[in-house]
Amino acid sequence: MSVPLVTARGLVKRFGDFVAVDGIDFEIAAGEAFGFLGPNGAGKTSTMRMIAATSPLDGGELRVLGLDPAAEGSAIRARIGVVPQEDNLDMELTVAENLYIYGRYFDLPRRVIRRRIDELLDFAQLAERRDARVESLSGGMKRRLTIARGLMNDPELVLLDEPTTGLDPQARHALWDRLYRLKRRGVTLIITTHYMDEAEQLCDRLVVMDRGRIVAEGSPRDLIARYSTPEVVELRFRPEVDVGAPSRFADMAQRVEILPDRVLLYTGDADATVAKVEPMEELLDGFLVRRATLEDVFLHLTGRSLVD
Amino acid sequence: MATPLALRVVEAEARVYRRVWKGSVVTSFLNPVLYLLAMGVGLGSLVDRNLPDGVAGVGYLAFLAPGLLAATAMQTGAAEGAWKVMAGFKWRKTYQAVLATPVTIEALVLGVLTWAGVRVLMVTMVFAAVVVVFGVTSPVGALAAVLPAMLVGLATAAPVAGFTIRVDHDAGLTNLFRFGIVPMFLFSGTFFPVSQLPELLRPVAFAVPLFHGVEMARWAALGLAPAVSPVASVAYLLAWTVGGTWWAIRGFRRRLWR
Ligand SMILES: Nc1ncnc2c1ncn2[C@@H]1O[C@H](COP(=O)(O)OP(=O)(O)OP(=O)(O)O)[C@@H](O)[C@H]1O
Ligand SMILES: [Mg+2]
Repeated sequence: MSVPLVTARGLVKRFGDFVAVDGIDFEIAAGEAFGFLGPNGAGKTSTMRMIAATSPLDGGELRVLGLDPAAEGSAIRARIGVVPQEDNLDMELTVAENLYIYGRYFDLPRRVIRRRIDELLDFAQLAERRDARVESLSGGMKRRLTIARGLMNDPELVLLDEPTTGLDPQARHALWDRLYRLKRRGVTLIITTHYMDEAEQLCDRLVVMDRGRIVAEGSPRDLIARYSTPEVVELRFRPEVDVGAPSRFADMAQRVEILPDRVLLYTGDADATVAKVEPMEELLDGFLVRRATLEDVFLHLTGRSLVD
Repeated sequence: MATPLALRVVEAEARVYRRVWKGSVVTSFLNPVLYLLAMGVGLGSLVDRNLPDGVAGVGYLAFLAPGLLAATAMQTGAAEGAWKVMAGFKWRKTYQAVLATPVTIEALVLGVLTWAGVRVLMVTMVFAAVVVVFGVTSPVGALAAVLPAMLVGLATAAPVAGFTIRVDHDAGLTNLFRFGIVPMFLFSGTFFPVSQLPELLRPVAFAVPLFHGVEMARWAALGLAPAVSPVASVAYLLAWTVGGTWWAIRGFRRRLWR
């Protein structure tokens, strides 16, 4: 790994007595796309805000771009782009005015701002809505504008807190494509998400967070290899059927997870598992075979599913 | 050279203001015209008939105009410190967006209050022009009255911003106006001399920043001797401004830096 752009040691965030981030360590290298994956309340946003120098640490050490957020927050913020979880655009202004004002906070020259606005409105596919009031935009358009705004200062590090929440599938894929292009230009990305497909698509490396702690770390593929079997057979039982104990499935797969709506059989040999499932077919609404995902990793690590 | 952080906030506020300036200019023009007509001319003709020597030696319109100028400055400062700040951290959440940029909390507060000062200046300049048209005082006298009015506006905006950042609902602001700003507007010597107040309340009036602004505005516009030395009044208003700014910065930090 080259020189780390962000280093955290024993990072802690508290709200009153409640510990939101409980002593986590991580390092993020320049040019990397790094993910924080975890369920609601895991501490992802709290961590992002500390990295963005908009929230004080309650413990541990943090360096961002080689700087100390407590002492040099303004200098850090000048060089990073922030896309917060909740859009906080100025609803009373137009699309272009939002970008303009934001650019002035970074003290960009007016000429540069005008050029960046043109580029970013194309990037966000909002060129036609340039003079529309933000109030009148759809949720997905607002999200895209918030992302464009975070890029106004041509940042070398971009923090995206659940960038695609609220976007339709098409817009999500368009955004992934754009983030991928940013990454190819050498921009470092830090992304939080609770969509495993997003993490798999975008992240070179990620940490899985749960209740303020990091429970696993690696590339998506590593994590799946380490914490899951390659394939999963999902069974959906008829509503009236009693699923029974995990031991019932013990000889069908290496590991079993019983969820409220389905049973997951983790197996290295899906064909063999399916052959053993077939005798109970009349008890089932259906079954399917799929490749393991980060969702399975999370389930294994925490015993809970990622999206509730 | 880099633009100071607080000035970037002022520039942004000015840009937002461009959306609403027309309506706002009409209001700041109509307000003094209506007040001076109704109270100064209308009510004033009754007052003057009963007081041949005038109020404090001048006609009621002349007595009222500088006081109302200072009182309007207070109201403008209060509105900037109240509704604007609540919109910033709660309704529009624009402060959260600003604080993700190089702008610091201190710069945000200084920028917000500087812009409040600019707004007070705009409103009082229009007011001063109207006062001149009403023939109350010379242009120089009216301009001179703008200075203490500015100070009153800032001495109000700063502590009101500090109050607003600490309340969670706009009901808190409604109460601030109901029990604070409006009584001060009415009883700080704007409409009648504080010597008319019950003896018990007179010291209270002296504690109100607006009272000092009213006295100085009358002194500047009409040459009426103020009840308190202007040096003491300026120091008092500066203390409110500086103390209020410090209190606002602490409140902003507690609310937005966590
Ligand atoms: N300002 C705050 N005051 C009190 N508690 C807070 C505050 N912000 C966050 N928390 C708590 O800290 C915990 C972590 O919150 P955080 O927003 O970091 O989680 P998250 O992983 O981003 O969750 P989500 O996926 O829902 O966005 C939660 O239990 C939350 O209730
Ligand atoms: Mg979050």
